[in-house]
Amino acid sequence: MTVSLSGLQVAKEITEQFPDTVVEATDQAVLVKSKSIFEIAQYLKNSPELSFDYLNFVTAVDYLDCFELVYQLTSLKHNHSLILKTRCFSRERPTVPSVVSVWRGADYQEREIFDLMGIIFDGHPNLKRIVLWDGFEGHPLRKDYL
Amino acid sequence: MEVGEPRKYIYSDVELDQHEGQEIAELMASSQQPLPDPDRWLDEDIHRNIMLTTVDAVIGWARSSSLWPAICFPACCAFELIAANASRFDLSRFGMEILRASPRQADLMITAGTLTWKMAPQVRRIYHQMAEPKWVIAMGACGISGGIFRSSYNVVPGYNRIMPVDVYVPGCPPRPEALIYGIRMLHRKIAQAHTDIKLQPM
Ligand code: SF4
Repeated sequence: MTVSLSGLQVAKEITEQFPDTVVEATDQAVLVKSKSIFEIAQYLKNSPELSFDYLNFVTAVDYLDCFELVYQLTSLKHNHSLILKTRCFSRERPTVPSVVSVWRGADYQEREIFDLMGIIFDGHPNLKRIVLWDGFEGHPLRKDYL
Repeated sequence: MEVGEPRKYIYSDVELDQHEGQEIAELMASSQQPLPDPDRWLDEDIHRNIMLTTVDAVIGWARSSSLWPAICFPACCAFELIAANASRFDLSRFGMEILRASPRQADLMITAGTLTWKMAPQVRRIYHQMAEPKWVIAMGACGISGGIFRSSYNVVPGYNRIMPVDVYVPGCPPRPEALIYGIRMLHRKIAQAHTDIKLQPM
C-alpha cells in the first residue's frame, strides 16, 4: 500500500529549505505559496528521501475568492504519496508557475485547467486550449460562468 | 531527408487550431435551427407520378433490406447499439449487422451518443461523405435534443441541427428493442416512401 505522508512532516522539511513558503499544513495536505511552487516541486522531486517522481494529477478548484490547485504526488521509489496545494487569488489573470519541466505529465492537465478554469501557467511550453476550440469565450468550469 | 533536419509542415498547429475554431464557430452560427424532415416533399410530389412510385417501391424494398451503418458512436448510447448488433438481439436478422468504418460504404448513420460542437464538424463530414441515398436515425435523448446536456455550452442540441434526421428513437439510452423498432420504422419509411408513413405498432 502506498503510504500517504503526513503534510505536517513534509511541511517541516519544505520550511527548512524554503522558509516562509508554507501557508498551512494539515495531516492530509500541504498548502504552499503559489510563487514558490516550482522550486518546491523541484525539491520534492529531487530530494532523495522524498523523491516524488510521479505526478498523479493536477487539478483546480474554484472557491470564488480564490482558485486552489491540487497536486497529488507519488514516489514510486519509496511508495509514498503527498497532496500539495496552492492558491491564487486573482480572477482576471490568475497565474501560477508551470511544473511541466519537473513532471512532463502535467502538460495536458495544465492545458486543461487553463482551458476550463482560465488559470495561466507561467512557463508552460504550449499553453492553449485543449478540449474546447480556439475562439471559445470564457472558461466554463468557473463558478461564475453562465 | 537528412537526420536531424526539422520537419516542415504546410500549416503550423496555431493555424490549424484557428481553422478548427473558425469552422466550429461557422457551423454553430449556421445550425441555430433544426433541419426539417428530409422526406416531407415525398407526399405531394410522388403522388402525381405513378410510374415513379412503382419503381420506387421496388428500389425502396431492395434498399431497406440491406442497410449499412456508418460508425458514429460518440457516447454511451453506443453500448446499446453494440448490444443490438451482438448475438442476443442480432441485428443481422434485418440485413445490417456490419458497421462500416468507411462512410463511403455506408448509407445509414445511427447517431449513438452526445455530440459536442468540437466533434460536430467531423460527424457532419462523415455524413457528407456517405453515398446517396442516405438516412439518419437519431438514437437517444442526446441524439434527439441534446438530452440532459441540452443547455450545456458545448453540446449540439440534437443532430437535426447539422444533418436531416429520418427517425428518432427516444430513451436514455434506448433499449436495443427500441433501436430495432426504429430501424424497422426506417425500413418501412424507405420501402413505402411514396405513401404516408403509418407508424403503427408492429
Ligand atoms: S441519451 Fe443517455 S445513454 Fe444516450 S448518449 Fe445521451 S446520456 Fe448517453
